[in-house]
Amino acid sequence: MKAAVIVFPGSNCDRDLAEGFREAGFEVSMVWHKDTDLPQGLDVIGIPGGFSFGDYLRCGAIAAQSPICRAVVDFAHKGGHVLGFCNGFQVLCETGLLPGVLMRNAGLKFVCREQTLRVDTADSPFTNAYTKGAEIMVPIAHHDGNFSADAELVARLRGEDRVAFSYVGNPNGSAGDIAGILSENRRVLGMMPHPERACEGIHGGTDGLGVFKSLTEVLALA
Amino acid sequence: MKARVHIMLKTGVLDPQGEAIRHALGTLGFNGVEGVRQGKVIELELADGTTEATVKDMCEKLLANTVIESYTIELS
Repeated sequence: MKAAVIVFPGSNCDRDLAEGFREAGFEVSMVWHKDTDLPQGLDVIGIPGGFSFGDYLRCGAIAAQSPICRAVVDFAHKGGHVLGFCNGFQVLCETGLLPGVLMRNAGLKFVCREQTLRVDTADSPFTNAYTKGAEIMVPIAHHDGNFSADAELVARLRGEDRVAFSYVGNPNGSAGDIAGILSENRRVLGMMPHPERACEGIHGGTDGLGVFKSLTEVLALA
Repeated sequence: MKARVHIMLKTGVLDPQGEAIRHALGTLGFNGVEGVRQGKVIELELADGTTEATVKDMCEKLLANTVIESYTIELS
């Protein structure tokens, strides 16, 4: 199983994300943002956390226009699996692959702590290793994680079972306590928390590994 | 030629930064500030003959996120 991690100037969770994939058994290649082509035979692409292009203009906006992101969008449109954590979620929203926007935290402060999440669906390639309704502990670290969506979009995401994770105790003002969402075809996941920082014992917990393990289940059947 | 693009959050979108500024003004003793909205201005130096339609395209594709932001263009 092959994964690629996209690296932008200012990405700082790219190697952690690669370790998360490896921990679940993926072979990982790192892809620089100026590349225009993705490696052959990819099963999944990861967009890492960090501060791509210094968060200039809007978080993720410049990265979303980089050459490699065009290839990522094409990959997703062809049914490929893509995940984005933290800044990766912001980038995916800016490309239009996921709806909504991540705005400044309601409390205006950077929040960095362990966060309890509820798994809202086990029916996705990223969450099938969890039980629906389970609570897991995953770190968060962001300044612009306030998921903004109107009531109609929140209702649609809930109605279509596209909320992957919710916050238990909303840390940033996100609409509907939403922490992570799925695309219409359920093959694109964006979330503000950092599962890749909860994959090995040394991290203090392994609740995040399920996201990567879920993918291996789905890809093994493909 | 130049273009100046003003970008503001759309009406109804909460602006926590504007709200923080309003609070700070109140703390300084400026009473009666009923609302503050913070936006941004982007100045573009353009080749002569660049059309407003092109600048609009720039706004739609990159400068503004039209899900939450509106923009106005001034050409000079």
